[in-house]
Amino acid sequence: MTSILEVNNLTKTYDQFSLDRLSFSLQKGCITGFIGVNGAGKTTTIKSILGLINPEAGSIRFDGMEMNRQEKQIKNRIGFVLDEGYFYGMLTVKEMKNVIAPAYSSWDEQTFSNWIGRFGLNPNQKIASLSTGMRMKFAVALALSHHADLLIMDEPTSGLDPMMRSELMAILLDFMKEEGKSVFFSTHITSDLDKVADMLILIDGGKILLNEEKDTLLDNHARIKGDSRWINERTRPLFLTLRETPYGFEGLTHQKEALRQEMPDAVFERPTIEDIMLAYVGGAEIAH
Amino acid sequence: MRIILKNSSDLPLYQQIKEQIKTAILNGELKAGQQLPSIRALANDLHVSVLTTKRVYTDLEAEGFILSRVGKGSFVAPENLELYLESKRRMVEKQLTEVCRLARQLGIKPEELHTMLDLLMEEENDES
Repeated sequence: MTSILEVNNLTKTYDQFSLDRLSFSLQKGCITGFIGVNGAGKTTTIKSILGLINPEAGSIRFDGMEMNRQEKQIKNRIGFVLDEGYFYGMLTVKEMKNVIAPAYSSWDEQTFSNWIGRFGLNPNQKIASLSTGMRMKFAVALALSHHADLLIMDEPTSGLDPMMRSELMAILLDFMKEEGKSVFFSTHITSDLDKVADMLILIDGGKILLNEEKDTLLDNHARIKGDSRWINERTRPLFLTLRETPYGFEGLTHQKEALRQEMPDAVFERPTIEDIMLAYVGGAEIAH
Repeated sequence: MRIILKNSSDLPLYQQIKEQIKTAILNGELKAGQQLPSIRALANDLHVSVLTTKRVYTDLEAEGFILSRVGKGSFVAPENLELYLESKRRMVEKQLTEVCRLARQLGIKPEELHTMLDLLMEEENDES
């Protein structure tokens, strides 16, 4: 598969935090989940890609084009949904759309009204009076009405109830049915990704810790439970996280084979993305 | 076609999917020439990555089970299944020959061997 977006050596320094020569690429035709705890650098990365903040260094290429040189063409092919309100509350849905639409040369009014209809949005309602869920749907409708090839979303599910989250995931999968579409979205609610993501990028402290196919990651790690007596100086280092109680232990490993030999009677289970994320960002002692 | 993915299974996801599609082809549930779902549709339904389903189809094609045509999709391959089954049977026979040889060396009687086999197969059935 070819890449749709390439980020190279992206660097941005704040007082308390910096993105440190961040490099990664997004594969065409894939949903890439961008995970990390609050403050890991997800929003800074996304805003840099979208040109909403100016990084000190780094380059961004989209489908073979340089962002610096062909920003207009590239932006026409990207749809985005941001976490914070970038809408004017006193405008109606329709008025806000009229502000945004001219920014895209490929704006499709018919597609927009289809989405509005499907979401049950009233064009004359003031944005300030929309619920969190409806505002997210409005943002999605705006992002998907100019035939974008890449949809970038920053924490689109935060503040949404489980129903609304799963509805959004269904919309994403629907969008992906068309050949060549790609999605990049950040979240700290990793259960959203268990079902839909193809690739996962884990960021922590402004650095990328993991960039891997989701299923490979889940296949290569295991959650293991068993008798605490099996934990010794040989087996302990094979775990990424380990929690011992008077009743037994539970741990996460990326060395399944070695542990299976050491403790053939232990229970091996497929981990969740959250298990893996917490293991790598050092949440070792966090209980379930 | 049924595909059931086990979270407790030791097999990687793509292998679990591949084996179950193979089984469906071998037992005739999927017929020669029949179209398979697109990689995206299959991935969505099984809640796995499209990269995983892509790998499954690439493998199945390399092994001669399916054919993929650009822009048209993937289809169950028309032949070679008989040959495949035959070769699998030969593999089983070969391993059984080895078992017989070992049993003779250890003085295990044919009746005992039959009982062992029956027991093993019963256990297998219970598990699956």
